[in-house]
Amino acid sequence: MSALKDVILEYVKNEYLEEGDDREVNFDTPLISGGIVDSFSMVSLKVFLETKYNISIPDAKASPEAFDSVNNIIVLLKEFGIE
Amino acid sequence: MSFNDNVRQIYIDQLNEMKNGGIFKEERAICAPQDSEIDVEFPIGSEKKHVINMCANNYLGLSSHPEVVKAAHEGLDVRGYGMSSVRFICGTQDIHKTLEQKLTEFLGTEDTILFPSCMDANGGVFEAVLTDQDVMIADRLVHASIIDGMRLCKAQNDSFKHSDMNHLEQKLQLHQDKRMRLIITDGAFSMDGDLAKLDKIVELAEKYNSMVFLDDSHSSGYIGKTGRGTQEHCGVMGKIDIITTTLGKALGGASGGCVSGRKEIVEMCRQKARPYLFSNTVAPVIVEGALRVLDIISKSTERRDKLEDNTKFWRKGLTDAGFIIKEGETAIVPVMLFNAKLSQDFAKDLYAEGIYAVGFFFPVVPKGQARIRTQLSAAHEMHHLEKALAAFIKVGKKYDILGKTKQEIIDKYGM
Repeated sequence: MSALKDVILEYVKNEYLEEGDDREVNFDTPLISGGIVDSFSMVSLKVFLETKYNISIPDAKASPEAFDSVNNIIVLLKEFGIE
Repeated sequence: MSFNDNVRQIYIDQLNEMKNGGIFKEERAICAPQDSEIDVEFPIGSEKKHVINMCANNYLGLSSHPEVVKAAHEGLDVRGYGMSSVRFICGTQDIHKTLEQKLTEFLGTEDTILFPSCMDANGGVFEAVLTDQDVMIADRLVHASIIDGMRLCKAQNDSFKHSDMNHLEQKLQLHQDKRMRLIITDGAFSMDGDLAKLDKIVELAEKYNSMVFLDDSHSSGYIGKTGRGTQEHCGVMGKIDIITTTLGKALGGASGGCVSGRKEIVEMCRQKARPYLFSNTVAPVIVEGALRVLDIISKSTERRDKLEDNTKFWRKGLTDAGFIIKEGETAIVPVMLFNAKLSQDFAKDLYAEGIYAVGFFFPVVPKGQARIRTQLSAAHEMHHLEKALAAFIKVGKKYDILGKTKQEIIDKYGM
């Protein structure tokens, strides 16, 4: 579990934090409601998860709430048998 | 369901939420033609105040130029007021075709199609030219209309960090399996006033077999030595596959936009772009005004040269006074204040000093990056800019932010 969490957290940091952005991002940090990921660029996170874990996340499940923290994403991935 | 009290309350609650959250927008009434000096009612209905306008997209000062106004009158006399039809039924006049041809020549492309606005051009172009076999890779700070257009298109969408060419390259590598790739960027970014690294983008597009889309709305007419836009500034004229731009800013400021680029792409828009197919195009009066604008700026670079001088003076004046501004070369100069309330208070004090500029804060810009966005115009004379600068310095002293670092301002006022 921790490895999965770490992979996603690492991706989020690399993908969304600009150079010099020293905001602390942890497993509980609100990503979308906290202004780190906007709903538009959230798509790249969805594509990353789908590609890396070979799953297809339907739009209905890819809600801003489901992607709002690394921990929320872990809960979502569980539904697809990824742990 | 009728519009009963319960339904009304739903909207009242939503509007109150916006007011409480500080994101409720209010209009000011300009009681004069658009210019560097205007009479403003704010709030609407209050006493008029004469102010210097530092927030219009009137980059070349052509919005109320006598020659443009005269041409528009002639358009009205010769081709009437409206078309009462979409383009492909009976809404195309000879002058619409002439304007498309003139824009093609100005932008150095193969063909052009007019849209009612650039918002419509951006809203319609992607769906018309891409399918679910393709991918769109957009800079994260592109204009909202591009994001809307991408959402209407079935191609996969992805994004790269603002102007981060390494990140863009990673995304191009990731999407090599797609039929077509389209890199999407603004020329001048409207909130930060910086320019896209278009030469690098074209280089990557060639390396990874991708097309390039450029929204040059905030650049067309004044960026580049002859005002052809970001593509001229970056030395990549003729290499941009799709350019959208507006007639609503430097190019006369009325309304209307276009898609210009590869002729097959323009033809696809004529066949499939819904804002073109299902809406009237720009009215004859605007077409004639825009033709005169292109004539004026093709004959002389005087106006864009003056704007460049004004921009240099303004950027240097603010920097020397100790303000933190976003670096760049465009006529969009954001004065960074970081704190949302400070940006609002600062704008209010400027207004009291007779300077009209607007504070921007989250969600329009990221949290902690509140600012006053100032915009220069060729219609500004030196005395306007000197007065505006003196007002900025006076208000800056009041809030004790001159010469202060970002951290010092944040420590004093918070994010």
